[in-house]
Amino acid sequence: MIRLEKRPQPSRTYALATPVLAVLATMFFGGVLFAILGKDPVQSIITIFWEPLFGEFSFYYRPQLLVKGAPLVLIAIGLALGFKAGIWNIGAEGQYIMGAIFGAGMGLAFYPTESVFIFPLMILAGAFGGWLWATIPAVLKVKFGTNEILVSLMLVYVAEQLLASVSLGLLKNPEGFGFPGSRNLQQYASAHNAELITGSGMHWGVVAAFIAVIFAYVLLARHRLGFAIRVTGEAPRAARFSGVNPARLILFCLGISGMLAGLAGMFEAAGPAGQITIDFNVGYGFTAIIVAFLGRLHPIGILLAGLLMALTYIGGDIAQSQLQLPAAAIQVFQGMLLFFLLAFDLLTNYHLRIGNTEVTP
Amino acid sequence: MTTPLLSLRGLTKAYPGVVANDDVSLEIGPGEIHALLGENGAGKSTLVKMIYGLVKPDSGTMEFKGASFAPQDPRTARASGVGMVFQHFSLFDALTVAENIALGMENAPAMGQLAARIREVSQSYGLPLAPDRTVGDLSAGERQRVEIIRCLLQDPKLLIMDEPTSVLTPQEVAILFETLNKLQSEGTSILYISHKLEEIRTLCDSATILRLGKVVGTCVPAQTSARDMAEMMVGTALKTPQRSGTQVGEVILELDKLSLPPANDFGMPLRAISLNLRKGEVLGIGGVAGNGQDELLGALSGETTVGNGMITYKGQDLSSLGPNERRAIGLLSAPEERLGHAAAPDMSLVENAMLTGATREGLEKGGMLDWAAARKFADRIITAFDVRTPSAANAARSLSGGNLQKFVIGREVLQRPNVLVVNQPTWGVDASAAAAIRQALLDLAMGGAAVIVISQDLDELMEVSDRFAALNEGRLSPPRPAAGLTVDEIGLMMGGAHGLEAAHV
Repeated sequence: MIRLEKRPQPSRTYALATPVLAVLATMFFGGVLFAILGKDPVQSIITIFWEPLFGEFSFYYRPQLLVKGAPLVLIAIGLALGFKAGIWNIGAEGQYIMGAIFGAGMGLAFYPTESVFIFPLMILAGAFGGWLWATIPAVLKVKFGTNEILVSLMLVYVAEQLLASVSLGLLKNPEGFGFPGSRNLQQYASAHNAELITGSGMHWGVVAAFIAVIFAYVLLARHRLGFAIRVTGEAPRAARFSGVNPARLILFCLGISGMLAGLAGMFEAAGPAGQITIDFNVGYGFTAIIVAFLGRLHPIGILLAGLLMALTYIGGDIAQSQLQLPAAAIQVFQGMLLFFLLAFDLLTNYHLRIGNTEVTP
Repeated sequence: MTTPLLSLRGLTKAYPGVVANDDVSLEIGPGEIHALLGENGAGKSTLVKMIYGLVKPDSGTMEFKGASFAPQDPRTARASGVGMVFQHFSLFDALTVAENIALGMENAPAMGQLAARIREVSQSYGLPLAPDRTVGDLSAGERQRVEIIRCLLQDPKLLIMDEPTSVLTPQEVAILFETLNKLQSEGTSILYISHKLEEIRTLCDSATILRLGKVVGTCVPAQTSARDMAEMMVGTALKTPQRSGTQVGEVILELDKLSLPPANDFGMPLRAISLNLRKGEVLGIGGVAGNGQDELLGALSGETTVGNGMITYKGQDLSSLGPNERRAIGLLSAPEERLGHAAAPDMSLVENAMLTGATREGLEKGGMLDWAAARKFADRIITAFDVRTPSAANAARSLSGGNLQKFVIGREVLQRPNVLVVNQPTWGVDASAAAAIRQALLDLAMGGAAVIVISQDLDELMEVSDRFAALNEGRLSPPRPAAGLTVDEIGLMMGGAHGLEAAHV
């Protein structure tokens, strides 16, 4: 008989070891999955984890790591602040879309004027769009006690409809031959979120992601607000007793996570994607949930987890094209990562006892 | 000499890191009420769990009715004639009394028959209880009767009762004792666990005292003073909290018809509570659990907001101030529930020191937290209140209940409050630590602070209070000077036996 026994206090060793164990287990069972699909498991794992970093074409893939990792980290940092307080923003995808629409919209409104003020204004607009979209579930929760999980998730689909609408209407490129998308911002210097160092993948979104990591780290470790977030997640009644105002905390946590997701959307639209299209969003907002948990809701952990997740994205693409692995198998592989993480997580708070021993009082 | 009903020989039970019972032997005769005395963690629970088949001893033997006895589980124990009434009830609020009892029986008879049996047993033992009432509507005393009747229906030879009076008013205690005496006269033995020494002196024939898992003595309670028994329990001479000539000053806190709607369907409202609290006095508030204690503390601490003008502190209306603003002006509090309310279980003691100490101890500057200062504050609490922990970095949940309680009370006392409100300050704390906590509260009052002690322990309230009031159904009785109050008067202030008299036996 296997039994769980609660530890007197959480094990630090396991808290640090579980992400590593989860990655190893995912590699193993992912390999089994690929073997069942008739692919060489070792070759598949090497393709996913090794090729992008050290393979023949790594000069192309390495910058991609930053390009794909930045939005994940930026969004996940915001989500983690809420998750730590037990406030579940599941709708970052929608906030990401709204940030992109607002940011790109701001830039396109000035087209073709060139000015150094345009890009900063786009940043503000993108942040505002994401904040606005996340504040809707926050206000509904505070005023009417609605469930923020459901409201924020449903708003993703509203945002997707809006995206389709503006791609085909308001923001549609008048010179785009009917293509459902906006003008290409990469060709509009004032609005272009260009690489800061050519060929590095480093754009303003990457800088913002690093700033967000540092900001979140200081907030959680040193600031009263970060402490309020942590206590609320650990013991809501104790938080209230210590003077935390739950309504304000909900507005803050959802607001800031929406803001960061909006920024991610704006940087993507103005940079790597270059434009708003009907299929602009590719799931960063949802994947960031995995990144946040994989990183233990800790800013540094999220930074590493975001890069790891980006790696599986890029490696997954390579595996799809080189080994003809189905896209669904790659998604299962990424899902496994979260599954094993949550499973191994149990060991942080519990001992595993094997054998039929009696119940202690 | 008759054969004892139950005899334990050399029972030993060890858990990793602690020997809960070490070579414990005792005998209980037929029709004997035997007290099991000891502080928290002395091993009382482990011992009765072994008798009730919940825990298996590592070594030692038990004999019941002259035959070897080693119950595999509670069911076998019950079948042999051992019944147990737990301190915490296991009843379903939404079901009736009869349904709850049927759930706990091996072969429950038809509901009508069972109801008749319940009525019969409840009448013959003086425990008034209607089988068709919903448990959610019953008082704590009535719920306990459900548990007792559930046991009595099995016709036990030995009834184990774990701290049965902690939830009862004095009048309800009297009813319970009549029942127990009747059971005794019919030849049922009772193993009675308690730390209330006066009760044991009136009720029990003999007592076994445990300390740190070992039997440290036996006595005949009627012939032993409560103080002697307490000192056997603790192992050292006890210091009674002392106070010297309190100077009661001007009114510092005023409640004017403080009312609060219930927080939820099962919550208790506060109904027009009025009182004046003066500097230098200790006001004791008694009452059975669940009569508005938590709600009153929440209203005073600032966790729940109340109407304008209901709470006035030094002439200032507090109604719109939150917990930290109240701390800033000197109104501090310590709630009853240690884990999850007064302290965050998974956070370290340093973080828990920050929890309420940030404002008054200057642990925060412009929103940035000073962890080094918090650590010093935590260490000061640990030293001043003798909190046993390897370090301040340990999680709150790793401390024993008593140690964490010392920490929680110490954290507020060291912040030099002008008014301190505490709920159940010594609940689950051993006698010497409890004495230290009470002394700290009295010292605060002597220093000119006003203290409100909300507690269910009447002995404690009589020891520390200048004035006494009782909460009953969310109402506060007018405070009266504590000196000279009789137990009967206190019981009536607490609501008597909640409208029930002992059925005449």
